[in-house]
Amino acid sequence: MTSQTPQTSQRPADRTQDRPLRVLAAMSGGVDSAVAAARAAEAGHDVTGVHLALSANPQSFRTGARGCCTIEDSRDARRAADVIGIPFYVWDLAERFREDVVDDFVAEYEAGRTPNPCLRCNEKIKFAALLDKALALGFDAVCTGHYAQVIVNEDGTRELHRASDMAKDQSYVLGVLDDRQLAHAMFPLGDTVTTKDEIRAEAERRGLAVAKKPDSHDICFIADGDTQGFLANRLGRAEGDIVDESGEKVGTHEGAYGFTIGQRKGLRIGTPAPDGKPRYVLDISPVDNTVTVGPAASLDVTALTAIKPRWCGVAPAGRGTYTAQLRAHGGETEVTAELVDGTLEVTFAEPARGVAPGQAVVLYDGTRVVGSATIASTVRATAAV
Amino acid sequence: MAYLDHAATTPMLPEAVEVLTAQLTATGNASSLHAAGRRARRTVEEARETLAESLGARPSEVVFTSGGTEADNLAVKGLYWARRAADPARTRVLSSPVEHHAVLDAVDWLSDHEGATVEYLPVDPHGRVHAEALREAIARNPDDVALATVMWANNEIGTVQPVRELADVAAEFGIPLHADAVQAYGQLPVDFAASGLAAMTVSGHKVGGPYGIGALLLGREYTPVPVLHGGGQERHVRSGTLDVPAIASFATAGRIAAERREWFAQEIGALRDQLVEAVRAAVPEAILGGDPATEGRLPANAHFTFPGCEGDSLLLLLDAQGIECSTGSACTAGVAQPSHVLLATGSDPDLARGTLRFSLGHTSTKADVDAVAQAIGPAVERARNAGLT
Repeated sequence: MTSQTPQTSQRPADRTQDRPLRVLAAMSGGVDSAVAAARAAEAGHDVTGVHLALSANPQSFRTGARGCCTIEDSRDARRAADVIGIPFYVWDLAERFREDVVDDFVAEYEAGRTPNPCLRCNEKIKFAALLDKALALGFDAVCTGHYAQVIVNEDGTRELHRASDMAKDQSYVLGVLDDRQLAHAMFPLGDTVTTKDEIRAEAERRGLAVAKKPDSHDICFIADGDTQGFLANRLGRAEGDIVDESGEKVGTHEGAYGFTIGQRKGLRIGTPAPDGKPRYVLDISPVDNTVTVGPAASLDVTALTAIKPRWCGVAPAGRGTYTAQLRAHGGETEVTAELVDGTLEVTFAEPARGVAPGQAVVLYDGTRVVGSATIASTVRATAAV
Repeated sequence: MAYLDHAATTPMLPEAVEVLTAQLTATGNASSLHAAGRRARRTVEEARETLAESLGARPSEVVFTSGGTEADNLAVKGLYWARRAADPARTRVLSSPVEHHAVLDAVDWLSDHEGATVEYLPVDPHGRVHAEALREAIARNPDDVALATVMWANNEIGTVQPVRELADVAAEFGIPLHADAVQAYGQLPVDFAASGLAAMTVSGHKVGGPYGIGALLLGREYTPVPVLHGGGQERHVRSGTLDVPAIASFATAGRIAAERREWFAQEIGALRDQLVEAVRAAVPEAILGGDPATEGRLPANAHFTFPGCEGDSLLLLLDAQGIECSTGSACTAGVAQPSHVLLATGSDPDLARGTLRFSLGHTSTKADVDAVAQAIGPAVERARNAGLT
């Protein structure tokens, strides 16, 4: 599926400049960021590669398809940079990453919310700590392997759009970027419709050894993929009740923080629901360490409020109609939204499911990212829990 | 391009390249008895004699190794094992906190795995070990000291150690002293016999020879326990087929470097002084590392701390302008660490992250100095804005 192509009067940001830009390419050691850096260099920009050391105690080697912060990944990135023919450095942002991403991740779960650490990393690390240092050192832009497009309008303002290839689009995790951050962002992979195989073929053609490297999945700082175990380690086990919508106890859990709204698996409830249908997590209450479950229909929400809005451009005035994306890889939902006293109030055209506080709601106008905010609360279609 | 990282490696001398390539076309294992072997052996022994002469040593005191790291490991571990075997009480190793990692990590390993007690001798703010400090350390119990190891000249800040005085103290107690002279060879008068050292490390690629070849100068009365066991080449303390081309090329480079040493100290030393002046003029708050006195530091070394800057940022900015230098300190997983040398000299940890080492060599020119003079001011300003992350 290909999304709408932006108008012809607009051009991708990395093609509008007559002069070559000084570009800092963030290189994880994966194939996407390596090809992105290669494309930026091929376009004539003066590119320097940087691998971010985000772990204070990196593992020596990758295990499986997870993680991105081993020493092996750093070497893969360096190897790619050497082949592309660009300088390469490792910058130690482990402390910032721990403070701004990992600690925040744990605190959000502890508070019963479901954070998106990738979004947070883009907001606080790649397009903040890294970008600020890059700008201070005289770079013009930070380049990453994200699939999204930056369009420059004739008046010089910038827009963030979904990638040409909707299936690969990552604009959701970039929805937190503001004007200033966008002005210095470069996504060389966003404007081509390519399958992963084609990106790998391109890497192969460019002589990049990462061409065959497996994709990374999940959360980079939880190398074994066991988020529950990671949280239990940080927060300790705290047994509590699982209750149904009437408040009746139907089971126990080992920590309310281990759940996500809409979760079905891993509830381990002994007694079946009266109607025999599956039950889902409806609510997480860290204060009394209680998890509420109920039928799928109870997951339907009609509206939400979201805080800490960030706009790609000017904040829209009044109530507007948008499409919204409520989680990474999630579909689009039609909404109306309005900014009221700094809080975003979003109403769904049709009830939506699996809306978890802590996640971002990203608003789109067609392919254009309008802005984003962090979901704080929802309004249920059925009677409140 | 301004290449100012000769302490990392210096371009090969044309004469050394010529010898290397000529030897690469010849066949012969120096341990073989036939004509090809005899030719190879003659080449090796002539090289040994040449190298020994350039270092004030006897040919039999030259033990060829794969480089400085191996020579350091052989000296430190081999002498430790041999001395402890002769007397189990000898488990104390005296070293300095400013050593190269080839020595530091070797003594740490002895401490972790071989029951050694490592004692780091105090250094002054220039990173210098004083003879009295060595005397004091040994005198506490002369019987339990296995060996002492103190580098001839520091690779980061260029400080020259009082090797002769240290060796005299060690000799008084009958304790072998090893010195890593990798940076000193070709820059300072290095005379093994006159030094009084028991063992001394030199390396080929730091004096215009090839990579992968070095030597441990080893007094005839010392027989370290081998690190590499095998065919018994090199006095039975270092086995392995001799690398004839590398050995011949190394000897040629070593001979020329020693012959040109006075010229080097004067001419390259003068360029270094200009570089120091230029950096100070552009960045008055820059702190010169090591001993400011000419006789106290390597003639080709200029080391600076730039307060408020990260060395890595400066490196990136200078690299972008074709100036190649080093922060001087080691990396862990590619991440720059504060220099252990600067920390040992009492430097503040934040300051120790903002260092640059410019090291000149036989191909350095006034143009290299001018390039630094032009670039360093703006680079420091930028790096300071980027701050310490």
